[in-house]
Amino acid sequence: MSRPDKFIIDGKRLDGRLPDQLRPIKIEVDVLKRADGSCYIEMGKNKVVAAVYGPREAFPRHIQDPSKVVVRYRYNMAPFSVEERKRPGPDRRSIEISKVSKEAFEAVIMKELFPRSVVDIFVEVLQADAGSRTACINAASVALVDAGIPMKGMLTSVAVAKVDGVLVLDPMKEEDNFGEADMPFAFLIRGGKIESVALLQMDGRMTRTEIKEALNLAKKGAMEIYNLQREAIMKQFVEGGEENA
Amino acid sequence: MPEDILVDIKKDYVLSKLRDNERIDGRKFDEFRKVEIKTGIIEKAEGSALVKLGNTQVLVGIKMQPGEPFPDTPDKGIIIVNAELVPLASPTFEPGPPDEISIELARVVDRGIRESEAVDLSKLCIEAGKNVWMVFVDIHALDDDGNLLDASAIASIAALMNTKVPASRFGLGGDFELPINDVPISVTSLVVGDKFLVDPSRDELSIGNTTLTVTVDRDDNIVAMQKSGDYLLSESLLDQIVEASIRVSRKIRENLLSQVSKC
Repeated sequence: MSRPDKFIIDGKRLDGRLPDQLRPIKIEVDVLKRADGSCYIEMGKNKVVAAVYGPREAFPRHIQDPSKVVVRYRYNMAPFSVEERKRPGPDRRSIEISKVSKEAFEAVIMKELFPRSVVDIFVEVLQADAGSRTACINAASVALVDAGIPMKGMLTSVAVAKVDGVLVLDPMKEEDNFGEADMPFAFLIRGGKIESVALLQMDGRMTRTEIKEALNLAKKGAMEIYNLQREAIMKQFVEGGEENA
Repeated sequence: MPEDILVDIKKDYVLSKLRDNERIDGRKFDEFRKVEIKTGIIEKAEGSALVKLGNTQVLVGIKMQPGEPFPDTPDKGIIIVNAELVPLASPTFEPGPPDEISIELARVVDRGIRESEAVDLSKLCIEAGKNVWMVFVDIHALDDDGNLLDASAIASIAALMNTKVPASRFGLGGDFELPINDVPISVTSLVVGDKFLVDPSRDELSIGNTTLTVTVDRDDNIVAMQKSGDYLLSESLLDQIVEASIRVSRKIRENLLSQVSKC
């Protein structure tokens, strides 16, 4: 991949989107039989699957916490998910993503309800195309609901990038690789409203004003994703429930 | 177990002081501890710096060697940041491969240096596509009294500013100073409810590792951010921390430049 001369032509991005437009999103709930909760998400060319196991007995036992549940999060990329084969197993990037994502979920899961237990969240990136960590968080969030884990609200994640000096929502690969900044967010959404920031990272160059603008753009995108997450869950539990009855 | 009780006592103390709008060591909320920098203390390294941030101590050494460039940047040098939280620095650090805390630390320091383009990597090309200079930044924590991250970031840029490219050793002409374009400064704040404490000490961190790091370049641009810890951050606090970080970074940079250029 080489650097494009221009990222925005006639107000449109390389893939035809407007700066404040998301890539197409597809969400499926309960796609895995063995897991307590699961979800498959496509965000553009990202294809990720999340599974939740638990709350279950924490093992090894020394990790148990008598006051709250332990949350584990494993972000893993399949070797075939990227252009050049990725060596299997955790690298530094995956370990960092797993850490910040785990902390975001720790902040929203009602941990005190399940002392001495563990909730395991496993996300597998089957195909990556910029923003895989945000797709994984969105999938994990739905999978947690599917598993019936009590949370303060939904976690919804989206990134904002800066290209040609313009802030763009949900960057694609070219914008992520060659852009001037990249800023992933995850928000706690409760009662249909964005309440706070659960995950925040940034690299690139931005002014204080641009950071505020990026936050607002991300909030707009997150609300759209949240509605799709909600729709997918409702479909699973309302329509599916009626069919089964 | 006695450690746990001590942590609880410290936590209560920090929180009770906070209710009176005070910090346990009397600092202002946006005040860094004293920063002392010594450069060039490891002769075998191409550059080095020992930073004391209060009682926190970090040593950074720079080693350089020629190597193959990355295929996507054939005419640019390579910079690699690595951190080792050795067991000598804290009773909670264990020997073994880097854990998620040291990996996060190294990657946040790396982002600040990389995104501010602090090192002019285009001047580190020897033969395009074949041979470029590789810069290894190794962070060695010596004493963790809180906020190893900012101490490591200061030590890293100070060590880079102190670095001579060892060209003659590899038969590549005369040695020259590593070209430095910017001085990124990372500012970490501990978030407690609706307040934040800049440059938290170990005792202050007993209330939780709930931090936000903002790295600022010399033109007041934000070049890296990292929220770390299981907490929820409000939008207004985010902006307040960004504003304070920009303000504080200018002072730290001025202080750093006054100490490093002296050496």
